[in-house]
Amino acid sequence: MSQANEAIESDERVKRISPLRKALIRPELGGMCGTVIVFVLFLIFAGDSGMFSPQGVMNWSQVSAQFMIIAVGACLLMIAGEFDLSVGSMIGFASMIMAIFATTFGWPMWLAILVTFAITISLGAMNGLIVVRTGLPSFIVTLAFLFILRGFAIFLPYAFEGKSNIGGIKEISEGDWLASVFGGKIFKGLFQWMGDNELIATFSRGTKAGQPVIEGIPMLIVWALGLIFLGHFILTRTKFGNWIFAAGGDSEAARNSGVPVDRVKILLFMFTAFCATVLATVQVMEFSSADAGRGLLKEFEAIIAVVIGGALLTGGYGSVLGAALGALIFGVVQQGLFFAGVESSLFRVFLGVILLGAVILNTYIRRIITGER
Amino acid sequence: MSTDIKPLIQMKNIEKHFGRVIALAGVSVDIFPGECHCLLGDNGAGKSTFIKTMSGVHKPTHGEILFDGVPMQFADPRDAITAGIATVHQHLAMIPLMSVSRNFFMGNEPQKSFGPFKVFDHAHANEVTMTEMRKMGINLRGPDQAVGTLSGGERQTVAIARAVHFGAKVLILDEPTSALGVRQTANVLATIDKVRKQGVAVVFITHNVRHAMAVGDRFTVLNRGKTLGTATRGEVSPEELQDLMAGGQELATLEGSLGGTV
Repeated sequence: MSQANEAIESDERVKRISPLRKALIRPELGGMCGTVIVFVLFLIFAGDSGMFSPQGVMNWSQVSAQFMIIAVGACLLMIAGEFDLSVGSMIGFASMIMAIFATTFGWPMWLAILVTFAITISLGAMNGLIVVRTGLPSFIVTLAFLFILRGFAIFLPYAFEGKSNIGGIKEISEGDWLASVFGGKIFKGLFQWMGDNELIATFSRGTKAGQPVIEGIPMLIVWALGLIFLGHFILTRTKFGNWIFAAGGDSEAARNSGVPVDRVKILLFMFTAFCATVLATVQVMEFSSADAGRGLLKEFEAIIAVVIGGALLTGGYGSVLGAALGALIFGVVQQGLFFAGVESSLFRVFLGVILLGAVILNTYIRRIITGER
Repeated sequence: MSTDIKPLIQMKNIEKHFGRVIALAGVSVDIFPGECHCLLGDNGAGKSTFIKTMSGVHKPTHGEILFDGVPMQFADPRDAITAGIATVHQHLAMIPLMSVSRNFFMGNEPQKSFGPFKVFDHAHANEVTMTEMRKMGINLRGPDQAVGTLSGGERQTVAIARAVHFGAKVLILDEPTSALGVRQTANVLATIDKVRKQGVAVVFITHNVRHAMAVGDRFTVLNRGKTLGTATRGEVSPEELQDLMAGGQELATLEGSLGGTV
């Protein structure tokens, strides 16, 4: 007995891990490195192109924020061990039914928004229910919804209005309390003050003369930051977060320990649908219209951002902050190539390369964590 | 076992049929607190069906189960866990990518209030995990060390410590040593010994007679869904147990060439 105890207390076969190495095996590592590299590259090659002027920053921030909103949902779902490929179609579908409720049906904007959220979150729950009840891979179930929802997004406007694009939302949503939660801007006063004090540039001519070039922080960015904070908090600081890791790490072991795995997964499918609808609503408000093609390929972009952010495709490991960095890299590169005057089709090449690099790095990190060889 | 201790679980003449297959044909076993009761049997002997009946996964076709002297009626395994019957599976117990502390409290997360919200009390969880692990003789680098870095034996120990910490009165260990090396097996057996001394009833399922003899107080051998009774430590030799498990004759012919090494 005593010999056995001594043997446990100093196991010479386990190497000490240096603090540096410990700091390196964080899920956010890939995202952090990527972010630094991307910013350094663009500071060198596009530093004088206006990319880092207030308008430039606002430009790529908004694009990144769009990726962030859907990446948060996709991230939590992937950590729980599932995918949702219907995110992009959900965006198109949500914006379309919202626009139809508001224009064809003539509902007030707030009602159209709330009913749309109710429908899409129910669809998310249906996705989840089918996955947990049938035990089928979520890949195939949500692939079916990718087509179903896109089909409706194209069919509905033709059925109701005889066209593929429904506009005129801006007039309807004017002064609507809920519409401004998605379409408005905040801190307008602050930016006006900064403009007045020449901290940022102002328009010198035209109808907007004297107004600052940045009117305020768009709600798009507020939603993105809010969802990142919420997702990160839930994942790392709550009981439910532990259940998310457990459900994705090994659903059978989690069930044996009393974790309600099915409920966790269904709720996360609903959350993913919620995130998609937030983005859809913001876009409807911004463009004042809904288009059948909106959200195309967004599901893959969300998954890529999450993977760049350090999550494992097999579930059980990942970080919302990492996913947010992944989305930031995404937005900065997409807009940065434009600023740097590089042919924009190269963006896809870059995307493929960075995705491959991220996946390889993640696999390596997982081996370190679990001590696998 | 002295007679003044009342059995924690009494399984009386348990039969379990799956369609036309009779998995258990009348098995009776008593489990006492503070004993290590070894359940031996070859593959297909009905060990798994028996422990699943005990832990509430299966309902017996015939027979009665008394828990603390009261007929047991568990709707599902959750009820059994709440009543204090915990099963530790060989695999399916720990999640390698999660930290020891997160694993330890999986499904039983401690919470503290943070304004209107309830948050996972990591400080408390980490402290308890470190203390419990030290008690079991495992020195962690830290509570955030991933379970994947632990050896198979250590993982079993964490799972056992977890079950005991959350109030298990009966601990069912499903082949905890079958995939482990010599030293890891010794660690798990030592853990079983510690737990038994705390008054927990341990049901140790194995088909390895040596492991059973090392810690067992009583031995029940299952063979083809039946038991030939329970023997107390000192009453049986390892060879007899081995014979009972294999059903007697078949192994006897092999015995000569194997030289008692099985």
